[in-house]
Amino acid sequence: MFDNFPLWPVRASSGAGNVDALYIFLVILSAFMSVAIFTMILVFALRYRRRAGINAEQIEGSTPLELTWSIIPLGIFIVIFIWGAVIYFMERTPPRGATEVYVVAKQWMWKLQHEEGQREINELHVPVGRDVKLIMTSQDVIHSFYVPAFRIKQDVLPGRYTTAWFHATKSGTYHLFCAEYCGTMHSGMIGQVVVMEPADYQAWLAGGGASGSLAASGSSIFQQLGCPTCHRFDTQGRGPNLVGIFGKPVQLEDGRTVVADENYIRESILSPSAKVVSGFKPIMPVFQGLVTEEQLTALVAYIKSLGPPPAGAATAPSLAPKPQYPKE
Amino acid sequence: MATAAITAEREHYLNKEYGIRSWLLTTDHKRIALLYLASITFFFFIGGFFALLIRLELLTPAGDLVQADTYNKLFTMHGQIMVFFFLIPSIPAVLGNFLVPLMIGAKDLAFPRINLLSWYLYIIAGVLMFHCIVTGGVDTGWTFYTPFSTAFSNTHVIEAGLSIFVAGFSSILTGLNFVVTIHRMRAPGMTWSRLPLFLWAMYATSIIQLLGTPVLAVTLVLVVCERAFHLGIFDPTRGGDPLLFQHLFWFYSHPAVYIMILPSMGVVAEIVPCFSRKRIFGYKFVAMSSIAIAVFGFLVWAHHMFVAGISLYSAMIFSALSYLVAVPSAVKVFNWTATMYKGSISFTTPMLYAFGFVGLFTMGGLTGLFLAALGINVHVTDTYFVIAHFHYIMVGGAVMGYMAGIHFWWPKISGRMYPEAWGRLAALIVFLGFNLTFFPQFILGYLGMPRRYWQYPPEFQVLNVLSTAGSTILAVGYVLPMVYFLWSMRYGKIADDNPWGAAGLEWKTASPPPTFNFDETPEVTWEAYNYEEIPAPAEVALER
Repeated sequence: MFDNFPLWPVRASSGAGNVDALYIFLVILSAFMSVAIFTMILVFALRYRRRAGINAEQIEGSTPLELTWSIIPLGIFIVIFIWGAVIYFMERTPPRGATEVYVVAKQWMWKLQHEEGQREINELHVPVGRDVKLIMTSQDVIHSFYVPAFRIKQDVLPGRYTTAWFHATKSGTYHLFCAEYCGTMHSGMIGQVVVMEPADYQAWLAGGGASGSLAASGSSIFQQLGCPTCHRFDTQGRGPNLVGIFGKPVQLEDGRTVVADENYIRESILSPSAKVVSGFKPIMPVFQGLVTEEQLTALVAYIKSLGPPPAGAATAPSLAPKPQYPKE
Repeated sequence: MATAAITAEREHYLNKEYGIRSWLLTTDHKRIALLYLASITFFFFIGGFFALLIRLELLTPAGDLVQADTYNKLFTMHGQIMVFFFLIPSIPAVLGNFLVPLMIGAKDLAFPRINLLSWYLYIIAGVLMFHCIVTGGVDTGWTFYTPFSTAFSNTHVIEAGLSIFVAGFSSILTGLNFVVTIHRMRAPGMTWSRLPLFLWAMYATSIIQLLGTPVLAVTLVLVVCERAFHLGIFDPTRGGDPLLFQHLFWFYSHPAVYIMILPSMGVVAEIVPCFSRKRIFGYKFVAMSSIAIAVFGFLVWAHHMFVAGISLYSAMIFSALSYLVAVPSAVKVFNWTATMYKGSISFTTPMLYAFGFVGLFTMGGLTGLFLAALGINVHVTDTYFVIAHFHYIMVGGAVMGYMAGIHFWWPKISGRMYPEAWGRLAALIVFLGFNLTFFPQFILGYLGMPRRYWQYPPEFQVLNVLSTAGSTILAVGYVLPMVYFLWSMRYGKIADDNPWGAAGLEWKTASPPPTFNFDETPEVTWEAYNYEEIPAPAEVALER
């Protein structure tokens, strides 16, 4: 009977229970406080209603009472704050080794790319029991990736990557909503997350028409755009060697140090002169407007796949696809 | 007959001059208050009409009553009108305008002509907004988020932005006028510690208007320039940052929530003591909590952006600061409740609205604790939970306070009593209709229904039907006072100077007051809320 009248959302991720627990605590606290205040108002209103011959008793106030009802709520608030912050910290910190899914949002659809090469639109298939990290960007306006059953939501912005993660615990099909107003068909920007048992998921992977992994297609884009001309896999290139740089600090020309994360790689492709690596000249052409968001994510996935390098070795990418670039 | 003859003889601000010129060129703060009253009521009913259309569309899961684009314009213009053309001017520009000089024993505000100018700016803004609506409207959401507003929407964004830009100056000038008036024009003996709490609230509100609104103005100018000249401030493909807009927008628009709610808190702090025949409990704490809210209110804006892509640690700081602002709000609720203890309480319409305010504001405030908790915010932000929360604050709080205030001071404003029984009935209808409209939205939000959805999955329908049903009841509750206030202007019982036996200076002059408020400048020798010295009115004044 609750199909048409649910009162509690489905819980299908490892984090959902934490959110629900704090929510239930707050519901009980709020109910208690509301009932306390309402009862007091009601009791005072009836007990002290105006009667002939009985006057009000003037009371100035009471500093101890004021301090009590300031400090006790403050204490409760601190507890709620810490509890909420701990959950948020977990929500915002993807575990190491999570499977990565790249999400590109546009008016009004979700495009998803798996590491294995599968591409989906408005549907995301994931197995039960795996950490999945979403690396998301938008082609146009701000969208927001929201799966109520997982209790996760993250705005998806143009011009940068934002991330979210989840660990599905229950197979089923769940709503994927766009939660940030994005124009005419905002309410039509709905998809679904299909959580499958691992065996079913393997069957789904095998049945999909993927043509090579995301990193492999990134590799061929890397060739097409002529990147290997300068970004050689040795120290002789006019651009930095990209092997093993992902996730590592990079010394910049202006003395700052940044971590080479997804956003840095993205920025360095689109507007290379923004943060030039120390020891190199700002000679790389601007790719803003020349590559699509999907090509960018493939390039990022490829550069990620080039490493980490074996300890002490600056060349010879061990994990990378064999360098296929033409020798000049 | 005899009473009618008496009012005809005595000159007051309403009958001193007649004719349209005497109103449009007036510098009398009381007449300007009535000009505002008429204008904001007009916009309230337009905004309310849009709200009803929104609720009707959401009666069914499919988008069937209006087109998607129309729906997007409806919620955008509902928000813009209710926020900028009703809530922000509501209590300050109507009750504040009328009462600030009266309550401090002054003849008028410090700058009467600037006061009139601020109304004209409001009207210019209103005409722009109205023109914008009838020529096609705007669909960005009242929040104007970039880059949608600057590069993607093809509606009248520039006109709407300029309209709100102009309305902002109206708000700034009103705030400026109140600050100067409260500082400089208090009657002899009206010290800061004798100031009615409504004035403390207005003072705090005015400070926010003065300091916050210019930031909104700058932000809107940037949006207009970006849209017109493609400057690249918010556009990531030109090196801009769309999140910068959100920081600037909420730097004003969060404190704006306090522009809406603080004046209502001030109204309640006048009404509860009056109908309890008691001093306010903890005067200093209530007064200082208004100032604390105004100050802390400027430090919490990014709690609107916890999922927008700000850093983990800045989110934590803004969450902590948001809890800090909840403390003075809680202090107020406790003090109002304690004021009733051992009082002598009567259940007039203003008091019923004040009860409603305390209850609904408490629920709005408590659900604010949910939203400030980072882990829960991620799930419920941008859902109907947020819609329900801020309507509990803005409608359950701010509008309830406004209705309480209009009823309380109506005898002073119009010289007539409204019909008490109808007033109580309307207050009850508003309270029930409000809760039926907005309580189901908390559940919808936790279930995950996103806001600004024209169509929605069918499992959300039952709760939406409840909400729509509530909204029609709420509408009746708002139309009723409109009718009986108009009725009372002609047929209402003639009001005494002080029908409630209230303590403020405004009740020591005639109802309605003469043009310069007091025949001679009063001298204040008593503390605020000295109800032990004022006899309660005979029950006759309360009944009918």
